[in-house]
Amino acid sequence: MASSGIFWAVLGAALAAGCAGAGSAIGVGIAGRAASGVVTQEPGMFSKVLILQLLPGTQGIYGLLIAFIALSQIGLLGGGAQMNMELTKGLMYFAACLPMAIGGLISAIAQGKCAVSAIGLVAKRPDQFGKSMIFPAMVETYAILALLVSILSINGIG
Amino acid sequence: MTGAYVDKNYVYAVARIRSAELKLLTRSQLDELIAAENAEAVYSLLKEKGWGTESCRTWEDMLKSEEKKLWELIEELVPDMSVFDVFKKPGDYHNLKAAIKEAAEETEIPEIYTSESTIDPERIRLAVRERNFGMLPPEMAEAAGEINDSYLRTKDGQLCDTAVDRICLEEMVRAGEASDCGFLSQYALLMAAAAVIKTAVRSARTGKSRDFLNQAIADIPTLDRNALIQAAMNGEEQIIAYLLTTDYADAVPAIRKGMTAFENYCDDLITRRMKDQQRESFGLGPIAAYILARKNEMKSVRIIFSGKENGFSDDMIRERVRETYV
Repeated sequence: MASSGIFWAVLGAALAAGCAGAGSAIGVGIAGRAASGVVTQEPGMFSKVLILQLLPGTQGIYGLLIAFIALSQIGLLGGGAQMNMELTKGLMYFAACLPMAIGGLISAIAQGKCAVSAIGLVAKRPDQFGKSMIFPAMVETYAILALLVSILSINGIG
Repeated sequence: MTGAYVDKNYVYAVARIRSAELKLLTRSQLDELIAAENAEAVYSLLKEKGWGTESCRTWEDMLKSEEKKLWELIEELVPDMSVFDVFKKPGDYHNLKAAIKEAAEETEIPEIYTSESTIDPERIRLAVRERNFGMLPPEMAEAAGEINDSYLRTKDGQLCDTAVDRICLEEMVRAGEASDCGFLSQYALLMAAAAVIKTAVRSARTGKSRDFLNQAIADIPTLDRNALIQAAMNGEEQIIAYLLTTDYADAVPAIRKGMTAFENYCDDLITRRMKDQQRESFGLGPIAAYILARKNEMKSVRIIFSGKENGFSDDMIRERVRETYV
């Protein structure tokens, strides 16, 4: 039991990539449905709505980044894995990955819904594309904060 | 729909509607139509904007084709069209009135039937003609039989119309509640309440009997039917005193000014509720608001065409044209 830390560390990395990725998939998916609706009526709007659709996709990338950092710290990438890692240390890695897992999941879904509204705005007023980007981009702030806390925590443990 | 994906947030549909809203006529475009020289010029302007089809020959054809385009778009977007029964119920009951009168007078006027209905007009026609009301949905069948008998006995067209309208309003409210859409249920309730209040006020002014009021006043959740009938028996002031105790107290100043002011008040209220839907990105509300906006647009265009054909001045037409959604 004392050496089961590696399990918790890997679970943390998996959750960071999995939850943030799932959030992005939901966010990009919902925005994609709205984008398809606009392009059905106005094919010329494709490039504008595509950018808005992709905004909730960043959380999945952040989650992947955290998973890479965590896995390389514990030695699962590049060799020298700490297979007998102490439980406390493993739980610390697990806790360090949680901000990205939870923050990524929730912020990506919220950003997806916001992107849907922004796509509606662009559909109605194509000249307001610049402003329409800002509203969903604000949600990104909280994904970046989660990413920072996870990176700093993982590096602190190492 | 077994196994099919149903988007209950209507994300795709609402986004498509937002794009479609760009093609709604704006106030300045309506003004341009009003300023046109004659009905032919209005027709040409609308054709340039994509209204009608190649096969359209008259403005009536053009409006029918626009109505068809509207429902084709909505059918593409909403898998279960029964949520929009609120808009189609009046068509069913219009067809019922037409069928009752047509059968009683032993004439045939197929053009008075509307296809914007939930029940095939031919089915209603056949049910009334053969007096086989079991062919109709249960909520319509019993009332249709009674109203038909009453019309054959009395030949009182007004009583027949008001009795059918009462059932129609009650059905509209039920359809609004069944749609599970806040905007649609509010719309149905508001339309029904406006019609009930108008009937009560007009009945009080013309001294209608309790029997007539029992036939004419619909039972809707926000008004106490018995209290309203009693008030209508005692005069307009009693109706106003009763309405002050209900959700419709704000409408009293408009009612005091007259029925036109009250109708304008109701139209403005519905337009405000429709405009609220422009801020929504999910759900049936924005789609329902678009349907109403297009129907209002078609009503405005109809007013412009008939105004031009009958030689009304531009100002007279402008007064009657409805406020736009965009």
